[in-house]
Amino acid sequence: MSQPPIVDIDRVSFGYDVARPVLHDVTVRMPQGKVFAIMGQSGCGKTTLLRIIGGALRPTSGTARVLGMDVASLDTGELYALRRKMGMLFQFGALFTDLSVYDNVAFPLREHTDLPAGVIRDLVLLKLEAVGLRGAAQLKPSELSGGMARRVALARAIALDPKLIMYDEPFTALDPISLGVVTRLIRRLNDSLGATSIVVTHDVAETLPFVDHVFFMADGRVVAEGPPAEVVRAQVPFVTQFVHGSLDGAVPFHFPAPAYPADLGLDAKA
Amino acid sequence: MALREPLQRLGHSMTERILRLGFAARFFAYMLLHSGTALRRFHLTIREIYFAGVLSLIIILVSGLFVGMVLALQGYETLQRYGSSEALGILVALSLVRELGPVVAGLLFASRAGSAITAEIGLMKATEQIAAMEMMAVDPIARVVAPRFWAGVISMPLLAVLFSAMGIFGGYLVGVQLIGVDEGAFWSQMQAKVDFRNDILNGVIKSVVFGVAVTWIAVFEGYDAQPTAEGVSSATTRTVVTSSLAILALDFVLTALMFTGGNAG
Repeated sequence: MSQPPIVDIDRVSFGYDVARPVLHDVTVRMPQGKVFAIMGQSGCGKTTLLRIIGGALRPTSGTARVLGMDVASLDTGELYALRRKMGMLFQFGALFTDLSVYDNVAFPLREHTDLPAGVIRDLVLLKLEAVGLRGAAQLKPSELSGGMARRVALARAIALDPKLIMYDEPFTALDPISLGVVTRLIRRLNDSLGATSIVVTHDVAETLPFVDHVFFMADGRVVAEGPPAEVVRAQVPFVTQFVHGSLDGAVPFHFPAPAYPADLGLDAKA
Repeated sequence: MALREPLQRLGHSMTERILRLGFAARFFAYMLLHSGTALRRFHLTIREIYFAGVLSLIIILVSGLFVGMVLALQGYETLQRYGSSEALGILVALSLVRELGPVVAGLLFASRAGSAITAEIGLMKATEQIAAMEMMAVDPIARVVAPRFWAGVISMPLLAVLFSAMGIFGGYLVGVQLIGVDEGAFWSQMQAKVDFRNDILNGVIKSVVFGVAVTWIAVFEGYDAQPTAEGVSSATTRTVVTSSLAILALDFVLTALMFTGGNAG
């Protein structure tokens, strides 16, 4: 029998208010060891789904099990215990601006362990070496480029060797070199830690080549999923339009409006 | 029917305010319950005492000096009409220790440190640092908010005492050195008439209450700020306005309780 999935989202719906549901009946299963992408337009619900997985939001209906725990049923202590097994990279890194790079990476180790300073130093340098920034240990976040800040945040996210690593729009505003570095790091760190990674993004060209499995979302629903090559080949209208960036298709170019001639008053003249 | 909409808006606004007050009270209780980290790892609080207290010293000391100097000028002008210019020391000291020290230091503290605390926490929220901390299983109220709160509560009375001391020194400079009031009378009358418990201790109690109020408002507004540039700006303004009004209102209540009837100096 196969291992239970690390993330098991079963028919989850969610809305910030009843009138405007964000997720409808979403089912997602993520087994261990793979890199997953959740892709879709802005506002399609992908970050909301990530927040449900992280326990920041509770589903309106359905169940969200992460690392075997139903996140909606956990109290604060249990949720924090679960989060110690997770790492998260935020869109712009979310580094603590009053701490140095070294102290940022050491932060979760100091908060959650009683390790002596020497051991913490070795671990921090190990993590920074993994992202290629051991030499930047004493810099402040304000002295880093966007790509470097993202790599430091990645080193911080893996400080406690998490089983699940989540990335919220990790490629936003990165130059091509930084982008290539970050994609390779996500893959390499996932494989070397034996973790499971979830990348929420809308960057097609950068993401599809390195992930194992992709979920495409539109209007709060999963509309296609599978290995990237298969999903792209399947010719699902939304996926085809999204991957090729087509002007018109499943997502219409025009926002719903009355007929153009009628708006211009041409019907009356005719 | 024309009144219906404004009444609805008024009702909605009142309900919002009451809800927010309730949220602020729950936030305060939660913060007190989760102050263990701030007190156990006291270096976190000491760091904040530096930012809230030590960095406010310049404005507090300079303001105290000038307030004391003005008090001496104005006080001498009035006292000499009644032939009591030797009582200048008492007037300066009592005014500062009972009222002006805690109140003016509180207002300056709200403007200098309170606004900085709100802006810092609000910006941490806007840049997802608070969310990142929560995702790292670290409670931001225990780790970020409580140390700042206790730093404010500790700093405020110390700043008020320094304000009063500097004010008395300013009064001495103007009254004794500039105008020529007798130095012995200035100090001895002050020593004889300023009571430690009724005057100094009550002033310190006032400043502790102001410290709690200002820092509570500052951390709450920062934590509750909308995570945008405009949201942080509004929260910072609210901190200064609400704290200043709270200080003045609390001062009236505390003065009524402390210095009326038999307690008066």
